[in-house]
Amino acid sequence: MALEHADVLRAAHLARLGLNDDEAALYLDDLSRILAMVDQLQGLETEGVAPLAHPLETTQRLRADEVTEEDRREQFQRCAPAVEQGLYLVPRVVE
Amino acid sequence: MHDKTLTELAASLAAGEFSSRELTESLLARIDRLDGEFNSFITVTAEQALSAADAADAARARGEAGPLNGVPLALKDIFCTTGVKTSAGSRMLDNFVAPYDATVVEKLKAAGTVSLGKTNMDEFAMGSSNENSFYGPVKNPWDGGAVPGGSSGGSAAAVAAGLVPAAMGTDTGGSIRQPAAFCGITGLKPTYGRVSRYGIIAYASSLDQAGPMARTAADCAQLLGAIAGHDLRDSTSVARGVPDYTEELAAPLSGLKIGLPKEYFGEGLDPQVESAVGEAIRVYESLGATVREVSLPHTHYAIPAYYVIAPAEASSNLSRYDGVRFGHRCEAPTDLADLYTRSRAEGFGEEVKRRILMGTHTLSEGFFDAYYKKAQQVRRLIRQDFLDAFDEVDVLMGPASPTPAFDLGANKDPVSMYLQDIYTIAINLAGIPGISVPAGIVDGRPVGLQILGTHFAEARLLNVAHQFQQATDWHLRRPALAEESL
Repeated sequence: MALEHADVLRAAHLARLGLNDDEAALYLDDLSRILAMVDQLQGLETEGVAPLAHPLETTQRLRADEVTEEDRREQFQRCAPAVEQGLYLVPRVVE
Repeated sequence: MHDKTLTELAASLAAGEFSSRELTESLLARIDRLDGEFNSFITVTAEQALSAADAADAARARGEAGPLNGVPLALKDIFCTTGVKTSAGSRMLDNFVAPYDATVVEKLKAAGTVSLGKTNMDEFAMGSSNENSFYGPVKNPWDGGAVPGGSSGGSAAAVAAGLVPAAMGTDTGGSIRQPAAFCGITGLKPTYGRVSRYGIIAYASSLDQAGPMARTAADCAQLLGAIAGHDLRDSTSVARGVPDYTEELAAPLSGLKIGLPKEYFGEGLDPQVESAVGEAIRVYESLGATVREVSLPHTHYAIPAYYVIAPAEASSNLSRYDGVRFGHRCEAPTDLADLYTRSRAEGFGEEVKRRILMGTHTLSEGFFDAYYKKAQQVRRLIRQDFLDAFDEVDVLMGPASPTPAFDLGANKDPVSMYLQDIYTIAINLAGIPGISVPAGIVDGRPVGLQILGTHFAEARLLNVAHQFQQATDWHLRRPALAEESL
């Protein structure tokens, strides 16, 4: 499946990754070659093979619905670039 | 002191030949003297190390010393450490100080070990040469023109240069075993789920696993015992008892059935590496093992499957870096979209962006079935290859990498770099354990023998590796460092 310039820009938008046109052109070249390598998979018959998501095929463990963690907001916010009164600051979203 | 293995150092500390403080001071001075050349550390934590050493010496004086008490080591800069920067080799996390310790770090502290600092790595563990670090490449102590391998390149180089007796690494597609091979040390990737991933910065969550890198298999056995085990904070860690990995080390190998996957000895394998691995196999035969050829028929689909699955998981894991809660934030964002896109564009390096774009593309509407679902189906076939092989033989052996360490700058093209991991990547897809042990030197650069076992066969792998190290001395060879011959 050939990749196009617009596909790279679409992926960059979905990933919220700033990319100018020149950079997109470079990644188009790289990603096209990676996808050509990946396309070898299409030559393998996998009809009826169940996808494997976890190498040990275990399911997610459940636990009792109990509060086990204490509130450590202050500590966690110490590594944030901008906080005020316990809130994370971002540019204005609603005018 | 820097010439001793971790096991020897632990014995010397126990015998009172020197204190942990003396040992720590000596290695910190060595790092100070030599690491400018190798760049194996991103952060050296001298002050914390000395106070941990003093605490270990005090514990010993009280008669409370465990087997690893006072032993120095280093941590790949992907393990979160309270109060010490954890960068993952990225500009994105250059300002990040974690508010908690990874479980591995917590366990190593509880065992009384002394961390000397955080080692260099490919950014977010994405790379096979350590050339993708925001903090610059690491040089291979055996040859300054060669890469140390990656992504745990700093950990491997630091052990090889005798800056620390051991270091922790992580392995998503070979990132412990390949740098261990390139730097002439021993490195173990445990079974997926054996070691908690809590507090390890995530790359590809269904593949990532932490493990020890040291001089010998006996050293790795001690360390694995300290870090393995179930952890409620990692839902993928396995609730299964941790055996004493040192107990089986001495078991004789007579009757051991070794399989040689024919796909691991084919086209692309350097003939000198092949001959070194052949010599190692003959050593095993002399120890009473029998050898037969086996087949892992889906081997050549492992790299394509990995480069769908790993970038897909990475694109999801790395979406957390948004410039809001932690990490790099761009200057004066005009709006929220600008804050996200510019912070991420500035914070991530080229290879990380490549994998985010790749993963985002393959997961996007219209492509999911053709790529992600297909790769997961192939993943099952690859895992089945190994399970079938382990019905016939006890362990598999082959080269850890098709060549010895390549030159810095030799693999500019991403696809040719990816293809270097042909012998290590399938192991992560299957979730089985693997170890690389030094097995030769080609033109001054070490060669690694990779030994693979079935799920949770770490004790057997360590036994098989240890017996080889009783019969050979490749693991004792040291690079001739220019500074020391003056």
